[in-house]
Amino acid sequence: MSNVGIVIVSHSPLVAEGTADMVRQMVGHDVPLAWCGGDPAGGLGTSVESIIKAIERAWSDAGVAILVDLGGAETNSEMAVEMLGSPRSEKVVVCNAPIVEGAIMAATEASGGASLAEVQATAHELSPA
Amino acid sequence: MTLTGAQIKALIEAVAGDIIAHADELTRLDAAIGDADHGINMKRGAEAVLAEADTISAMPLPAALQAVGMKLVMTVGGASGPLYGTLALSLGRELAVNTFDEALCKATDAVAARGKSEAGQKTMLDVLFPVAAALRSARPMNDLPAIAEAAAEATIPVKAQRGRASFLGDRSIGHMDPGARSASLITAAIVRTLEVAK
Repeated sequence: MSNVGIVIVSHSPLVAEGTADMVRQMVGHDVPLAWCGGDPAGGLGTSVESIIKAIERAWSDAGVAILVDLGGAETNSEMAVEMLGSPRSEKVVVCNAPIVEGAIMAATEASGGASLAEVQATAHELSPA
Repeated sequence: MTLTGAQIKALIEAVAGDIIAHADELTRLDAAIGDADHGINMKRGAEAVLAEADTISAMPLPAALQAVGMKLVMTVGGASGPLYGTLALSLGRELAVNTFDEALCKATDAVAARGKSEAGQKTMLDVLFPVAAALRSARPMNDLPAIAEAAAEATIPVKAQRGRASFLGDRSIGHMDPGARSASLITAAIVRTLEVAK
């Protein structure tokens, strides 16, 4: 698929899956979409390994935008991007946006064929300056 | 800096052992100002590294540190996984080309970049920076545990500006930062082991 992919990373698998459900219902199936949530032991938290796998599931040559909830999700997502290695890591961005609204707005933008930079900018507009 | 396999194994056992022994304390500190998982997460990482202590300690120090870092990144979860993982990964990479004090300074900078943080924000950096600076100014290794402990204590009156604790604003004042505490525990375990080995 040539549209930018969206990855949702939450501390809670329920939040991540619920956010993905909303994206699917509101935006449809024209955007590669994956989610992950929970730490390596299955508790609340995030896992670098799961994030890497989610990026691979949502992979698009146009790039992948990641939406995160709290701090550890952001730090782990940035670590995951780095571990993908060049050149793939250059096509993945972590968005600074609220996770639910950001995922829906980013996916909406992506479904229209927008570039990774446009998708990221749309999500960022949701953040308080 | 070169260490024998036996020394590397002793270091892994000392650091992991102390983290596991203090896991409840770290979690209590984190419960006060964070999300009550620092001890649990660090213990999981320590156990994962311990389980591979034989394999890791057979490697030269730079590779061993990178293996430890990768293990922490993959198993710890939370923000401490990528932060301590980056510290070990970066220290390993730098040690291949630098002296230990220089490598520790660079690895600490890498942690600051990973966490988008700096000194004085009530984080593990408040211990790592003074320890790295003391090493660089050729202070005896024996002084480091006290420097680290005092630096961790000094986070108590500070208002958190990074991490979950920053959500609490002024209410984060009066509690020791759990990451600073774990960094001070690790410093003490390393120095204790290397001093015995002398």
